[in-house]
Amino acid sequence: MIATPFTPMASFLGGALIGLAAVLLMWATGRIAGVSGIAARLFPPYEDREFAGRLAFVAGLVAAPILARFVSGSLPVQTIAAGTPVLIVAGLLTGFGAVWGSGCTSGHGVCGLSRLSLRSLVATITFMAAGIATVFMVRHWG
Amino acid sequence: MAILIQFAIGLVFGIGLIVSGMSNPAKVLNFLDVGGIPAGTWDASLAFVMAGAVAVTFIGFSRVLKLARPFFADRFYVPARKDIDLRIVVGPAIFGIGWGLAGFCPGPALTALGFGSASAFIFVAAMCAGMVLARFIGQLPSSAHFVTPADPLET
Repeated sequence: MIATPFTPMASFLGGALIGLAAVLLMWATGRIAGVSGIAARLFPPYEDREFAGRLAFVAGLVAAPILARFVSGSLPVQTIAAGTPVLIVAGLLTGFGAVWGSGCTSGHGVCGLSRLSLRSLVATITFMAAGIATVFMVRHWG
Repeated sequence: MAILIQFAIGLVFGIGLIVSGMSNPAKVLNFLDVGGIPAGTWDASLAFVMAGAVAVTFIGFSRVLKLARPFFADRFYVPARKDIDLRIVVGPAIFGIGWGLAGFCPGPALTALGFGSASAFIFVAAMCAGMVLARFIGQLPSSAHFVTPADPLET
């Protein structure tokens, strides 16, 4: 594993920006800023006419590191330790599970908890527990 | 105009992911690694991400939802379901395993595309396949026998 520094201030500030984006999206479109739902609905079947807006939101997500590089002069640190087979399995599970459970860290974790939704609380506790258990097994049962 | 605003909102979200450290899978995995607490390798930062995000969203939502309607839409699309079904546990359990394996959840994975690494593209391609599969299975008529339908207003 690669050690990472404890960054409470930057993390809180970044979290506040994520929250700001969620509030702005609710103000602008009246919808929950749930990335899994937004990304999944870029694919058919199409149930509404929000495709262009969803694509624009995702384009903004993708453009963020490019803007960060332009502003700060270098890309932020990103370390992806997983190899290709793990990335494929993890990607499939992440995409399937997030859609099956109607949300991910943003839709349930950020927006759902902020709405005091019991369903989102159950979802958040479950994916946190599953994530913790998975990392524990990978790193400490060898 | 609405499209441009949504691009800008995505950009703010993505910058938040980068500033907070969520865009770095190594940091996410070190947060999930509570087994690293005795060795001092546990990175508690992501708890602060959640705290910052929920604090702003909690206050912001309560104000925005008092408005008559959103700026670019006719009404608010806020989920109303309160029941706990099997899906709301099974889905997040599967998602959590994927999250713990690679350290990517959907938002940071999409932002990772902008870093230009091949790993991010592989993960996002598989993630999209998983999303399409979940929607496909969920909409099969035979699925109605063993699962409740998803709430379209949830994400």
